Amino acid sequence: MLQDILITGLINSGVYALLAVGFSLIFGVARIVNITHTAFYMVAAYLVYVLGHLWGWPAWLAIVAAVIAVTILGLLSYRLVIEPVREHETAVLISTIALAAIFQELMIIGFGGHYLSIPSLIDGYSQLAGVRMTNQQLLTLVIVAVTLVGVWLLLAKTRLGLAIRATAEDREVANLMGMNVRHVALWTMGISVGLAAIAGVVVAPLFVVDPLMWLDPLITVLAIVVLGGLGSLKGSVIGALIIGYVETSTVFLLPAGSFLKSAVALSIMVLVLVVRPEGLFGIAFEEER
Amino acid sequence: MVARVSPILRSWLAIALALIGGTAVAADPIRIAIIGPMGFIQGENQWRGAQLASDQINGKGGIQVGKEKRPIELIQVESNEMLSVSDATNAMERAITRNKADFVIGGFRSEAVLAMQDVAMDYEKIFLGVGAAHGELGTRVKDDYDRYKYWFRVAPTKSADLGKQIFAVLGTIAQELRSKLGHDKVRVAILAERAVWADPIVQAAQQNLPKLGMEVVGTWRPSAVATDVTAELSAINRANTDIIFTALSGPVGIVLGRQVGEMKLTAVPFGINVEAQKEGFWQATAGQANYISTLDTYAPVAITEETLPFIEAFEKRFGEAPAYTAATYDAIMLLRESIEATGTIDADELVAHMEKTTFRSAAGNLKFDEFHDPTWGPGFVTGLAVQWQDGKKVPFWPNGWQGVSYEGMQAFRFPERK
Repeated sequence: MLQDILITGLINSGVYALLAVGFSLIFGVARIVNITHTAFYMVAAYLVYVLGHLWGWPAWLAIVAAVIAVTILGLLSYRLVIEPVREHETAVLISTIALAAIFQELMIIGFGGHYLSIPSLIDGYSQLAGVRMTNQQLLTLVIVAVTLVGVWLLLAKTRLGLAIRATAEDREVANLMGMNVRHVALWTMGISVGLAAIAGVVVAPLFVVDPLMWLDPLITVLAIVVLGGLGSLKGSVIGALIIGYVETSTVFLLPAGSFLKSAVALSIMVLVLVVRPEGLFGIAFEEER
Repeated sequence: MVARVSPILRSWLAIALALIGGTAVAADPIRIAIIGPMGFIQGENQWRGAQLASDQINGKGGIQVGKEKRPIELIQVESNEMLSVSDATNAMERAITRNKADFVIGGFRSEAVLAMQDVAMDYEKIFLGVGAAHGELGTRVKDDYDRYKYWFRVAPTKSADLGKQIFAVLGTIAQELRSKLGHDKVRVAILAERAVWADPIVQAAQQNLPKLGMEVVGTWRPSAVATDVTAELSAINRANTDIIFTALSGPVGIVLGRQVGEMKLTAVPFGINVEAQKEGFWQATAGQANYISTLDTYAPVAITEETLPFIEAFEKRFGEAPAYTAATYDAIMLLRESIEATGTIDADELVAHMEKTTFRSAAGNLKFDEFHDPTWGPGFVTGLAVQWQDGKKVPFWPNGWQGVSYEGMQAFRFPERK
């Protein structure tokens, strides 16, 4: 059973990590709690369905186009909806909730409440340590790993990454040092939404595409980033692993309570916050700049 | 002096008078509200079934109410019950007070229908349920008859009867499996979503499967809106399961079908999988759904003389087979029969008639019991079981069960075991 939990938990955690890192990134840099984040993930999944399935584009082209299109949509949303109210946290929260609801309703209008499906990029299954997993799940793991390494390289090795890290560290000082923090925030938003879009296109062939698919991961992602520490990328990855494994363990150890997996994960988050209010790797709220 | 009227003006006057006269003598329509989640496949089928019935009846001049024929006017009411139960009760209120519905048909999620039922009963409106299975809807009729007598469940049969049907089918499958496996102990995993309609089924399964000589290896209850059962399937596979007993109405039914196929699991999923009842299931699972089986209501087999004409007419008009919520067709036909027999649309008189009558519907002979639920069993509504085989939904049960067999049944298939 242990190997089942280890491998299945890793698959769960991977997609969560991708979503949580993007969510955390834009919070760290621009202090934006972007509730629309998982709605972008949903829109990307729908776009892959439309481009790849309905219009017959090759799968790779549909995926690339969906990620680019959703990233542009994210940037437009930022410029038109979020940036004008950026200084007011409550307004940002409400605006992004509204935006997510609009995307959801648009999908219902366009596609109805039907559950849509996209064929796997690779068929079949593989067996690892006696655990069966579909090849699409394996591919998802590889894509997630490559993307996360890519993000790390971008942040650690490039001038843009340096600017993002500096702005996340202290926006005012970064501004005083001559960085255009507005542009940095825009770039960060692009990367953040891009990551959500990648998560959307990789899960689309694993699960089903439907207008409510953004809600469940939103709650989990919020739990992960709060657990890991708001704004901390390392915390997001570790938080994703913790929540992913807790959820999987719940299913294996408490089968009749598998619907409680999110509740158990959220309870662990609350417990951690009681002991350490700033999360595992976050900045203490009192020291918030 | 006699005024001269031009022939053109005379013609227009004649048309206008005919129209005015026509309006004056045209009978008031009977307003039937179809309430459901219209953006979803359940609501879509409710509406389609109703349209078909309404067009067939109106094509013959309407429903004979006493001495006059009255046409049907359908009112589509979006309940939004998938997202909000309170929206559903508001929709019911609107259908009755603003749209002036004479009858209400539909509802899907038991949680929402329980709430909508109360609103309809407040107004003493006949509410024919087509979608929700929870037993409490009927228990209310038995416990507080005067208030809840206006509720009748047309489809599906209540949870407990669905449970009985599942065990009847499961017994047949297990028997075949025993002879294939060469041992007596069939191992069953229960995979049921966490929703009120599934609770009695799970409880009954846990109690009855051991009595039927089957070992329950575990019960997994994912959320009703879950879209991922990777962990559950890994655990079920690890438990060396022979049969996955399902009670799923949500999207997870598709993911189950797909992953069982992709991972080439030898366990046979059978039970209730609402998604697997739909025509689009094979495509939704990317062609991986071989061997997935489920209870169902309609299939191209002659359950009664009404079944095949209904399915053919539905497929001809909408291009696909009906889902079980298309039983709004049967509900409207039942209303017509009752109204014509009593000569009135008075709710109390219709209730008295519907309680006595046995109506030949497309899903079987509909006879309401004291809970106003359809009687389940031979000679009444039995339901069907179907299995996906090479892209086709094939009916395989009842095939000799208690002497019941419908023409067109085929054999159940098992995946190859290595």
